[in-house]
Amino acid sequence: MKRGISILAVVTALLLSFALYEALIGAPTERTMGDVQRIFYYHVPSAWTAFLLFLINFIASIVYLIRRNPKTDILALVSAEVGVVFCTVVIVTGPIWARPVWGIWWAAGDIRLTTTLVLWLIYISYLVLRRFSTSGQTPVIAAVLAIFGALDVPLVYFSIWFFRTQHPSPVIGGGGSLDPRMAHVLLINWAAFLCLAWLVSWTRYRLEVVKREVEEAQALESLLEGSR
Amino acid sequence: MNSMHYLYAAYIATWAIHGTYLVILARKYKKVRREMESLRK
Repeated sequence: MKRGISILAVVTALLLSFALYEALIGAPTERTMGDVQRIFYYHVPSAWTAFLLFLINFIASIVYLIRRNPKTDILALVSAEVGVVFCTVVIVTGPIWARPVWGIWWAAGDIRLTTTLVLWLIYISYLVLRRFSTSGQTPVIAAVLAIFGALDVPLVYFSIWFFRTQHPSPVIGGGGSLDPRMAHVLLINWAAFLCLAWLVSWTRYRLEVVKREVEEAQALESLLEGSR
Repeated sequence: MNSMHYLYAAYIATWAIHGTYLVILARKYKKVRREMESLRK
């Protein structure tokens, strides 16, 4: 297991370095936006990775409600936590890209921006619930919240199809065309971020398993001390 | 600010977010390890 994580860490580091080089130097410069368009290679793959993690959270939450297996509860927690990290990258890099291109940091009322912010807030509240609630029913309540929260993911993705927005069309299925060299760099960056997400999730999953075992042992220990 | 500054700001912000999360994970790991040590004693 440790060897697997070490190999994944090396592959991730190499892939991230190569992806960074490709994003900053290898990819062609976009004609209208110039170099600032290179934010695209971090912004879009981060969004896709966050969506994938929220999908895993959604599936794990449903499975947990059916089977009540603690491992699926841990998977749901970990995918939400890492998903929030990637969603935070999207929320932060979006306005940094918007400022030089649109002339504003944030288009108030824009459907894509608003639904993304709502998505981020839903999963932040999910994590707050998991962190501070001491009820035994917390995993069940969190699973229900996650299922409703995941409904916002397709809303974020398809919002620009059905509403007028300043945000550009989606790269996949949006009808726009992307230079093949740009698409290549985009996919390399997505692969690198997927490896990073996998590595971090795997580490976090193992940590949570050990943490729960320690908590169980502590509870048992205090029970034994109380009975003496 | 020229457009390159925005580009660097976005990339630095991305790595700052991931770095912060990794620091939080390292702290959690240390805490669990401390609790394991105290259980062994």
